[in-house]
Amino acid sequence: MNAAWLPLTALATSLLAAVTIFALPEDARRLRTTVNLVAAVFKIVLVALMVRRVAAGHEDIFSFQVIGGVDFVLRTDALGVMFAGLSSLLWLCTTVYAIGYLENSANRKRFFGFFSLCVASTLGIALADNLFTFLIFYEMLTLSTYPLVVHRGTEKALNAGRIYLRYTLSAGVVLLLGAVLLYSLTGDQSFSSEEGLGDYLNDHRGLLTLIFALLVGGLAVKAAMVPLHGWLPRAMVAPAPVSALLHAVAVVKAGAFGILRVVYDLFGVELSVELGVITVLAVAASFTIIYGSLRAIAQEELKPRLAFSTISQVSYVILGIGLFGPFGTVGALAHLLHQGLMKVTLFFCAGNYAEELGIHRIDEMDGAGKRMPLTSIAFTIGAFGMIGLPPVAGFITKWYLGVGAIQAEMYWVVGVLVASSTLNAMYFLPIVHRLWFRLGPSHGKGGWPEEQRLGRLETHGWLLWPMVFTAMASLGAGLFAGLPFSPLDWAARVANGEYLP
Amino acid sequence: MIWRFGLFDHTFEPLALTHWALLAALGLPLLLGLLAVVFPLKRAWPIVLASVPVLASGLVLLFAYDQAGLLRWQWEIAGVHLSLRLNGLSVLLLLMTQVIGVAAALYTPGYLRLSETGSLARWLWPLMGVVLSALSLIWLATDLLTLYAALELMGLAAVGMLMLSGKVPALVAGMRYLLLALVGSLTYLLGVALILGHWGRLDLQGLADVIEPGPVAWFAAALIGAGLALKAALFPLHAWLTPVHESAWTPVSALHAALVIKASLFMLLQLWSILLPDTFYAPRVIAWLGMLAIVWGGLLAWRTDSLKTLVASSTVAQLGYLMVAFPLLLGPDIAPLPRALAWEGFWLQLMGHAFAKAAMFMAAGNLILATGESTLKGLAGTSRRLSLSLLVFGIASITLMGLPPSAGFTAKWMLLQAMIITEQWWAVAALLTGTLLTAAYVFRMFRYSFDETAPRHRYQPLAPGMDLIALTLALIAFALGLLAHFPLELMHGGSP
Repeated sequence: MNAAWLPLTALATSLLAAVTIFALPEDARRLRTTVNLVAAVFKIVLVALMVRRVAAGHEDIFSFQVIGGVDFVLRTDALGVMFAGLSSLLWLCTTVYAIGYLENSANRKRFFGFFSLCVASTLGIALADNLFTFLIFYEMLTLSTYPLVVHRGTEKALNAGRIYLRYTLSAGVVLLLGAVLLYSLTGDQSFSSEEGLGDYLNDHRGLLTLIFALLVGGLAVKAAMVPLHGWLPRAMVAPAPVSALLHAVAVVKAGAFGILRVVYDLFGVELSVELGVITVLAVAASFTIIYGSLRAIAQEELKPRLAFSTISQVSYVILGIGLFGPFGTVGALAHLLHQGLMKVTLFFCAGNYAEELGIHRIDEMDGAGKRMPLTSIAFTIGAFGMIGLPPVAGFITKWYLGVGAIQAEMYWVVGVLVASSTLNAMYFLPIVHRLWFRLGPSHGKGGWPEEQRLGRLETHGWLLWPMVFTAMASLGAGLFAGLPFSPLDWAARVANGEYLP
Repeated sequence: MIWRFGLFDHTFEPLALTHWALLAALGLPLLLGLLAVVFPLKRAWPIVLASVPVLASGLVLLFAYDQAGLLRWQWEIAGVHLSLRLNGLSVLLLLMTQVIGVAAALYTPGYLRLSETGSLARWLWPLMGVVLSALSLIWLATDLLTLYAALELMGLAAVGMLMLSGKVPALVAGMRYLLLALVGSLTYLLGVALILGHWGRLDLQGLADVIEPGPVAWFAAALIGAGLALKAALFPLHAWLTPVHESAWTPVSALHAALVIKASLFMLLQLWSILLPDTFYAPRVIAWLGMLAIVWGGLLAWRTDSLKTLVASSTVAQLGYLMVAFPLLLGPDIAPLPRALAWEGFWLQLMGHAFAKAAMFMAAGNLILATGESTLKGLAGTSRRLSLSLLVFGIASITLMGLPPSAGFTAKWMLLQAMIITEQWWAVAALLTGTLLTAAYVFRMFRYSFDETAPRHRYQPLAPGMDLIALTLALIAFALGLLAHFPLELMHGGSP
């Protein structure tokens, strides 16, 4: 039975939420919060339903014809549902966080409206079943993030927005060209079709390589692969929830997810290997991983350091694709989820330090563990996960990637992994050390830059609990990786679908 | 090619009801406009009431076409055969004219009240009526003389509307427009005279049968082409466009940019497909000019400091997209698939642009009215208070940028596909560059509006509905993107 309403309703939920929020007056705070939370929870329910149906072997399809030969198609499949699940779960957390974070600031209606639009776009990206549909939501994501990047309306924010658009819109044009070239060559290609593009290999080798380069090149901008990463550190001027969900998760993941789709579902692994583009991808990813980590070490402020860490970490997903084996794929897919959870946690922590204590620079963090223990514990969990220490989720990913590299006999990748973990430790462990082992203002030494007492606990409850939840989830995803429906289990299911006919 | 314009024989006799619908579609706007002089309009509800029969006539014609295919009416008056035809394209353009016309009319009372326009305002209504009636006639006419009469009527009424604001710059720009429009009509008329002298007939369908390629056809096509290009503000004959819009009233600008210049373009394509069906160079010249138009119009809009100039210059660039498609529509040896794609993309782009540009002019007018400033800098900080106007501007500009899911995007997709199949890489590059240039000037405007450090102004409140009308138009342009199948399906029907 085809439940076409399911993907459509899931998409409509956030779209409707956006429209409702735009229609409400600016000062209807309570109502807006209710709409936000109800929509977020309802969407999680719908996505959970999708997960169950996909697990039971159903694939729900909603489609209609746009023009001759081009359809708009939404389909729930294992890979898409995985990304949908990530975005809707983190949407709830981040919405709660954002409500607390933006309390008493201006333009909240605009913020939450475009925020909902962004989430609707990520859901559309997850469920899109062909390149045309994917492109629609991918561009929608670009446009709806712009008002969030420039939200503060300062000179710096406006400049960051301009840079962001320069990168993403140019990338969109490249992507559009690749997509139209592909359609002119092959017609409408569903991501679910088994055939792939192998038939065109003999006659159109050069064109296929060009299309691959255009598509992946366009997507790599959002995935922030070096040298197309310039927008990401600058976009950190946005409010913390935007950095947390969008720049650490939704936007960069949309790029990485797109590359997954192109490699696995459009070209197919075998064809990609045949074209010789996979190795290029792996090398580019490795370069990005090392470069991002090196730049992160050089940063003196917390958010830019996290931003460069994102650049480095997202490329693990690409690296996993480059290993073209089941273990590499599992590692890549699991990292899509794991990195999302851990990075959101870290950005929430960074936001909390900034809001409660006014901390922006790393050398101001001495002894903050005593003043904000929960935040600091969460930060430590996230940092350990990024380094890849067990039992946090990041360890699982690195383990699978390492095994995949050995199986593929790409030993240099193991070297990259080791080097990157060392670099990760070099930029995260000093922070953890400062948090717990240095004496700071809470030990009576100096003072915090700008301390506010936002809540009874260490900070405002709305800011605290989402962070605690995502930290627990990062830990849980590692500890209970063997259970059904864990990120790893689901990633293995997707990988099985790709490698076993 | 000419069958796409519905120029073929059809024996089916239209139903009596469609005669009335036709009469209403052609005559009612004019009649209602004249009525409005006698009974001055202060409110919107008489317009709502008046728009019902107008829109109904369009819908009746739509259904009649849906049922019977091509409709053709013929009369013989004093020995002269007159005929009108309605195919899928004409229905679409007619409906577009009526919807945008009604929207502009609904927008007008609030605008006039807020901008204190003086006593000339009542003359806006009959002029608007003339423009709408003439436009409807242009979509339906099948002979060169009717087309000329309608074009002339529309042009003069448009000049009148644009000059109504009575300010000195408006009068200067309007006089210049009048002069150029007359030159354009005369050139067109010379071409028509040449055709009449050589082939002795003026009906399009008959001409399509007898015209042979040769110096006469080329010369006539060149005259007609130059005249119409001048009226359509095709690059490089666009210089009159921005000054005219700079000082015109908002609803007038909306009508003019959305519909009036499109009529000349429609005629140009239709007549050239009769006069020059297989010429290689003429469409390519247009396409090269179109590429320059995209870049030049984009640069003009990017560098300007005035909001209205920005919107008007963007029209020049958007017309460039249409010009670039010419070699895919006219010329020898075009494969059927790219030609069909380009044909549909062309009209979708034209319709998307019409709705979006009307919406954008209204949004810009609202912003100018509310802030009292007409420069981009004057918009600083408006995002706090005028969010709806900005949202409309944004939605409209998505269509202009050609980003999904708007009509502009779907049209661009089809044009790109046609260009790739025929390997016209320069055109592909022009289209993609156009996207980035449009984004550059649109977001330049948004950059000002998002500035939070600007001082707070007092804003004049807008009349109710002014934003909503613009929003509706912008959303139609948006919806045409994903729902493009329905209008395009209409254009498929009725082939011989």
